[in-house]
Amino acid sequence: MSEKEPLLKVVDLHKAFGKNEVLKGISFEMNKGDTKVIIGPSGTGKSTLIACINHLVAPDRGEIWLEGENTVTAKNINRIRQKIGFVFQDFGLFNHLTALKNVMIGLVKVKKMPKDKARKRAMEELDRVGLSDQAKSYPAQLSGGQKQRVGIARALAMDPKIILFDEPTSALDPELIGEVLHVMQDLAQSGMTMLVVTHEMGFARTVSNEIIFMENGVIVEQGTPEKLFKNPENKRTKEFLFKLEDLYGEGE
Amino acid sequence: MFSIMAEIITNHWQTLLRGLGVTLELTLASVVIGFFIGILLALGRVYGNRLIYGICTVIVEIIRGTPLLVQLFILYYGLPAYGIRLGAVTSSIIAFSINSGAYQAEYLRGSIQSLEKNQMLAARSIGMTRPQAITLIVLPQAFRRVIPAWTNEFIYLLKYTSLAYIVGAPELMGVAKIIGSRIYFYFEVYLIVAFIYLAVVIVFTKIFDFVEKKFKIPGLETIR
Ligand SMILES: Nc1ncnc2c1ncn2[C@@H]1O[C@H](COP(=O)(O)OP(=O)(O)OP(=O)(O)O)[C@@H](O)[C@H]1O
Ligand SMILES: [Mg+2]
Repeated sequence: MSEKEPLLKVVDLHKAFGKNEVLKGISFEMNKGDTKVIIGPSGTGKSTLIACINHLVAPDRGEIWLEGENTVTAKNINRIRQKIGFVFQDFGLFNHLTALKNVMIGLVKVKKMPKDKARKRAMEELDRVGLSDQAKSYPAQLSGGQKQRVGIARALAMDPKIILFDEPTSALDPELIGEVLHVMQDLAQSGMTMLVVTHEMGFARTVSNEIIFMENGVIVEQGTPEKLFKNPENKRTKEFLFKLEDLYGEGE
Repeated sequence: MFSIMAEIITNHWQTLLRGLGVTLELTLASVVIGFFIGILLALGRVYGNRLIYGICTVIVEIIRGTPLLVQLFILYYGLPAYGIRLGAVTSSIIAFSINSGAYQAEYLRGSIQSLEKNQMLAARSIGMTRPQAITLIVLPQAFRRVIPAWTNEFIYLLKYTSLAYIVGAPELMGVAKIIGSRIYFYFEVYLIVAFIYLAVVIVFTKIFDFVEKKFKIPGLETIR
């Protein structure tokens, strides 16, 4: 493993929707095994940023390097996307397929894996998120927390280099958030590289090794949880974290 | 009245049955061909570039904005002037297929668009190509959602095929008119025909309900 080269490197990323400049030059890096959390007020461009990373939204300007390859200029975007898992706020499960098929379909249709092998792999991933007993259930038969865990299993099955999470627990009832965070924590501990947009301060504090605070399309401040929580350099960071603690904090 | 109806049925059941056969042929052929026309038009309107979108939109608007009978007359009476002579049944099937296709396209387009955002993004996120996402993820769900609309479309079409008698296709209405003009009991003949249509509608409604249940996604309620 080369220590020098970051796994993901975003350089001066810009994106505008019409006149609305949403990303105004975002740069950051992630090393293999990092778990970084992005926080920031609503409408700040967090979702746009991570959608740009796997090109669900096309960036206007800037570079995105994944394992030394600039994905912005890459010809085959589908090949790049296979290397980047994405977990959606609203789950994005394929509603006409069982949990097992949801996880299998990418293996069979995208990776062209033989069916029996794909089934075995999909079962392993469902097991990893604690859902092997729900393999035959359809999304509409699952709870929100279970749906999101299937979403995570689906991303994992593709063997991604990094997984992006866009507010994975925001659509969940409070009592279901824990099971999803738990799976994510296990993932982080197993060495998966994860970039997570979330307001779950408990997760940010205990699981992430860096917090990125974004506002109005720029990164205001980034640093370890201790630094940002204990003595943030920027006044805005302090105010925002204070407000979040109020809203979502678990209280120690 | 009933004895007359019974007599008509005993004497003319073969003719009526042949008429029903043509009616079903017209309906089924038009619904099936219209289905494929509908898929193409819907895909063109959702995913096509400007040109394709424009063409598909114009076709759909023209077809939906003009009476079916006018479309049928153009094919049957209008085309021979340009050397294209189509039989009554053929021109009826073509007219009904295109017409049904335009309506089916609109039902399908609605359900494709309702699936676009969430399902398309999810499919692309795991590396599916656009055609894969459309055929494996979007369309299978869109089809299920339009089954109720298709049931209605089928029933409309079954009834509209009666227009084909005007250009001389020997379907149910056509044979009824012939029987009626021979025996002069128009009321009874048309009453029988009405019952036959009703019976076919009921049977096919049941069939579509069955299909809908069979393809229902477990846990999802059907929204009517
Ligand atoms: N597809 C789009 N077309 C036009 N404008 C968009 C689009 N997607 C996002 N925007 C705009 O970009 C801005 C940033 O949106 P984004 O969803 O990235 O913010 P966010 O930080 O994720 O907010 P939230 O916390 O509410 O999810 C908003 O003003 C939004 O209206
Ligand atoms: Mg967002």
